[in-house]
Amino acid sequence: MKKKPSFFARFYMAFIMLFLYAPIFVLIVFSFNSTRSRTVWTGFSFQWYQRLFSDGTILDAFYTTLIIAALAAVISTVLGTFAAIGFYNMRSRWRTPLTQINNIPMMNADIVTGVSLSLLFISIGSLLRFRLGFGTLLIAHIVFCVPYVVLAIMPKLRQIDRNLVDAACDLGCTWMKAFWKVIIPEIRPGIINGMIIAFTLSIDDFVISYFTAGGNIMTLPMQIFSMTRRRVSPEINALSTILFLSVLTLLIIINVRDIKQEEKLKKRHAALNN
Amino acid sequence: MPKELIRLSNCAMAFDGEDVLKNINLYFNDKEFLTLLGPSGCGKTTTLRIIGGFLKPISGDVYFDGVRINDVPPHKRAVNTIFQKYALFPHLNVFENIAFGLKLQRQNGKKLSKTEISSRVFEMLDIVSLKGFEKRDVTSLSGGQQQRVAIARALVNRPKVLLLDEPLGALDMRLRKDMQIELKRIQQTTGITFIYVTHDQEEALAMSDTIVVMESGEIQQIGTPEEIYNEPKNAFVADFIGESNILDGVMHSDGLVEIFGRKFKCLDGGFKPMELVDVVIRPEDIDIVDVSQGMLKGTVTGITFRGVLYDIIVDFHGFKWLIQTTDLCPVGSKIGIKIDPDGIHIMHKSQFSGMFGDYSSFSDEYDEISDVAYEFEPEEAEGNYEA
Ligand SMILES: Nc1ncnc2c1ncn2[C@@H]1O[C@H](COP(=O)(O)OP(=O)(O)OP(=O)(O)O)[C@@H](O)[C@H]1O
Ligand SMILES: [Mg+2]
Repeated sequence: MKKKPSFFARFYMAFIMLFLYAPIFVLIVFSFNSTRSRTVWTGFSFQWYQRLFSDGTILDAFYTTLIIAALAAVISTVLGTFAAIGFYNMRSRWRTPLTQINNIPMMNADIVTGVSLSLLFISIGSLLRFRLGFGTLLIAHIVFCVPYVVLAIMPKLRQIDRNLVDAACDLGCTWMKAFWKVIIPEIRPGIINGMIIAFTLSIDDFVISYFTAGGNIMTLPMQIFSMTRRRVSPEINALSTILFLSVLTLLIIINVRDIKQEEKLKKRHAALNN
Repeated sequence: MPKELIRLSNCAMAFDGEDVLKNINLYFNDKEFLTLLGPSGCGKTTTLRIIGGFLKPISGDVYFDGVRINDVPPHKRAVNTIFQKYALFPHLNVFENIAFGLKLQRQNGKKLSKTEISSRVFEMLDIVSLKGFEKRDVTSLSGGQQQRVAIARALVNRPKVLLLDEPLGALDMRLRKDMQIELKRIQQTTGITFIYVTHDQEEALAMSDTIVVMESGEIQQIGTPEEIYNEPKNAFVADFIGESNILDGVMHSDGLVEIFGRKFKCLDGGFKPMELVDVVIRPEDIDIVDVSQGMLKGTVTGITFRGVLYDIIVDFHGFKWLIQTTDLCPVGSKIGIKIDPDGIHIMHKSQFSGMFGDYSSFSDEYDEISDVAYEFEPEEAEGNYEA
């Protein structure tokens, strides 16, 4: 039996939760407020959401975000999958330092990544005559997503019995066929998870986008930021709520998938040991 | 005259500069059940992987039906493998696992038809007694069932040769015995050449037509189970296969060997006069007689009941022998022994001499009594002991 948490411990937990989620809760509530007030509840309405969806710049930002997120997720997943398989097939002498190098961008401050990418794009751009815009924004998103995809796939690769590929070759597969028929299905949960993570990160990102998007296009987080500077409007609440809920949904999906995978793996082990 | 199917010629293998196989020369006959037997790490799996095409030997050649196949990839070899840990595809069910190879097969450039594939899979399910399991997830099967799926998955392709890497290693004793009989039956009915890897000598003796005993990357002996058991080539083989007392001896002439300063008749010959040799005497070939009639006299220092037989440890001049007998000889009693000439096997000295065959550390219970044994020693040293 687990010991029941003391009153203090429970109070402390509740307090932390309140701290973390109260602001978001207030934001969501006031996104449905019927007047401009940010302090007084005056009644329920959808008007800020309606305005949001009739505002051309916001809709543009919305589409940009979705397209960038979708492209970045797909491309970084392809790149990340091959990178992970490359790491996996390396000798451990090389694998260990290279996976460390893969981890560094994730711990790096976004602003450093953003500024350095921006400098890189501008200097190459002045040579090759291109400017900051959709292309550079997409490349930047791919760059910061790839390490997370690699990280999502590596554990799945490590779980694969190395004999599986041999077994497939033994039964008549070329190496390439074995790759598609055995490795990919085995790591598919990791690939899908990696893709959802990349999609989430891309939707969520502000700092790196801010430095690499140039002046002509905007993502949703950038739009929110610019709105707070122009005028304070409850539309921001509505937009932020939408963003928060989409990211939350994606995170829940990732976690539920993880738990299901764990259970499957446990079952598999149990079956092997009887 | 059996037909030769596979030949390894001067094959050597090394990982990271460390020799794992040294100059292996070996051939496999068609329809033969051949077992590679040896302790863990001796290179059995490595040998199998070279035949399967998963490893290239660093030197030497592999021939299949007289054709050199060093550079032929695994998927083009008429060989299928059952891997040490089955390596079933976890994302496929039983049917799909077994059908995996068939779906890849081409006959005159055409795929096999769906009906042909499914009839062959069901035929296989029948052979391995897994009818009704076709829809099951392989991860939900027990060890023994997974094992049989692995057998079916390999056999369904009708390979010329089946490589089996310790296929029964994970099973419990009873299932193991059943599967041994089952595998032997499948081998005989299908006429497929089996190359079987195990470190279990009883399994090897029970199933094989030919046994290859390996140790540290070298072949120690090739022969039928009877040859390996009755005429081991060196102390390693004698010790690894069954129980053996291995003693130092001197070969006086053909059929006459000296052990502990006493001459014994034997059946072996062809040694140099006065050559130093290793002498193997199996525990079951020793008869216990009255002390006065014994060729050697010793003291019982340990006894273990084994069901039909007793294993007793007997001290002869400080050297501990294992003897199997149906007579009860209490610890401390003095006995004499008699050995028939055909119970004595002579081997040339080898790098393994002196490493095996003494039962001093056989059991713990005997250790406490070893002092008692010591007391009898001086009395025993009379007579014909003069080396
Ligand atoms: N890929 C590899 N890289 C490095 N060393 C290896 C590799 N494969 C095998 N070895 C080494 O080669 C030696 C022989 O290995 P092998 O797997 O052939 O042994 P085995 O006889 O099958 O043993 P077991 O009964 O334990 O399966 C071992 O010392 C092992 O550590
Ligand atoms: Mg092995």
